[in-house]
Amino acid sequence: MSMTLLKTGALRSALRASAPTASKRAALTLTTTRGKATLPDLPYDYAALEPTINGKIMELHHSKHHQTYVTSYNTASDKMQEALHNGDVQTQIATLPLLNFHGGGHTNHSLFWENLAPKNQGGGEPPSGALAKSIDDHFGSLEKMKEKFNTALAGIQGSGWAWLVQDSQTGALQIKTYANQDPVVGQFHPVLGIDAWEHAYYLQYENRKAEYFKNIWEVINWKAADKRFT
Amino acid sequence: MQLSNFTLPLALDWILSAAQSRLNPVQQNLVSSANVSVPAASMTYTLPPLPYSYDALEPHFDAETMEIHHSKHHQTYVTNLNAALAGSEFSTLAVDEVITKLDQLPASKQTAVRNHGGGHANHSFFWKNLKPNTTLSSEGLKAAIERDFSSFEAFQQQFEKAAATVFGSGWAWLVKREGSLAIVTTKNQDSPLMGEAVAGASGFPIIGLDVWEHAYYLKFRNKRPDYIKAYWNVVNWDEASTRFAQSD
Repeated sequence: MSMTLLKTGALRSALRASAPTASKRAALTLTTTRGKATLPDLPYDYAALEPTINGKIMELHHSKHHQTYVTSYNTASDKMQEALHNGDVQTQIATLPLLNFHGGGHTNHSLFWENLAPKNQGGGEPPSGALAKSIDDHFGSLEKMKEKFNTALAGIQGSGWAWLVQDSQTGALQIKTYANQDPVVGQFHPVLGIDAWEHAYYLQYENRKAEYFKNIWEVINWKAADKRFT
Repeated sequence: MQLSNFTLPLALDWILSAAQSRLNPVQQNLVSSANVSVPAASMTYTLPPLPYSYDALEPHFDAETMEIHHSKHHQTYVTNLNAALAGSEFSTLAVDEVITKLDQLPASKQTAVRNHGGGHANHSFFWKNLKPNTTLSSEGLKAAIERDFSSFEAFQQQFEKAAATVFGSGWAWLVKREGSLAIVTTKNQDSPLMGEAVAGASGFPIIGLDVWEHAYYLKFRNKRPDYIKAYWNVVNWDEASTRFAQSD
């Protein structure tokens, strides 16, 4: 019976219509020029997020750390293309961790700059609409979600990120942590991320990371998160 | 006998090195308190004093980083390790031993002890692994490096590359295992002492370099390779030679 449905196309069309498509959400498009990844411009000045995150950190974080991920990703990407062209499986496999690390670094930071904003561009203003409702449904309230998020951040060992993610199948929100530069891929898509690497806060907060995690909510750009939520 | 609360060799080491080198006032207090009575109810881990003052490694490793690294980061590992092992019989063991026995701990404790015990062990090792103006003169260690890496320069290059390519937080090590030397890396606060199954590396550490960003960010910012180069000015070859001689 189901085979008949599939053959007639009715079920097929129904399935296609209900599947989430990329066009339904603001998927991140990484900046590229002729296939090469490029460093995206910040939508604000380096000093715009003060006093929450100082200009020196923003400058180093963007122009040095993120730039290095872009450059190294391009190098790894070239290496992978050559190895694929040559059928050199060993090199392909050896290059995978580099793609993951640097490609992940480029993806994560591109998302991060978008989900930060100075107060005069909406930084710190709470979410609205469907995302706000979903946060209340899943966590009880925005404050409770932030508490859980900060607990996740504090629990990261070494380097990593905490993300508010959405399950692409069920639509449910979750807080997940990822090690190093592992990107949010697969079953989940990223809604909001916070960088917990020491370089993200050390010059200003030193070892006082709990303070950084508490303060950064002042410059979180919920409008960007709203757009990523389906 | 309060000294029995510490691993005896460690306690003697600290007291001897305290007597022999300049100390800042904070460290003087720590040393003298080692002779003060503490309750013998449970073994607690304590922050070892640095064998030198915070600015002793200038201009290579800056005083501000040394102070925050020792008095804040390492202290936090000690505090959290004590919390994790409070009331446990394992807390009577030296930290270097506890981290080899993670699988014997209750499952709920293993991660905390791996992270904070590893942190305490690694940093205790690291402070002694640093000293200004030493040279590699020990024939034993020097010959072994030249044998296992073809030259000292080749060893340095390989160590630098390993340290530079650790993804995220971790350590680079020169270890001795089964008679020969090797360069290994571990992530987060894992130590080669934890063994291959846990840390992905094994061996007895001879020298080690912390490549967590907190170890270098204030002075070197994102330039980890510059920090790694600076390390060669402050690595303690005396301690390394001693460790090499006492290992299998």
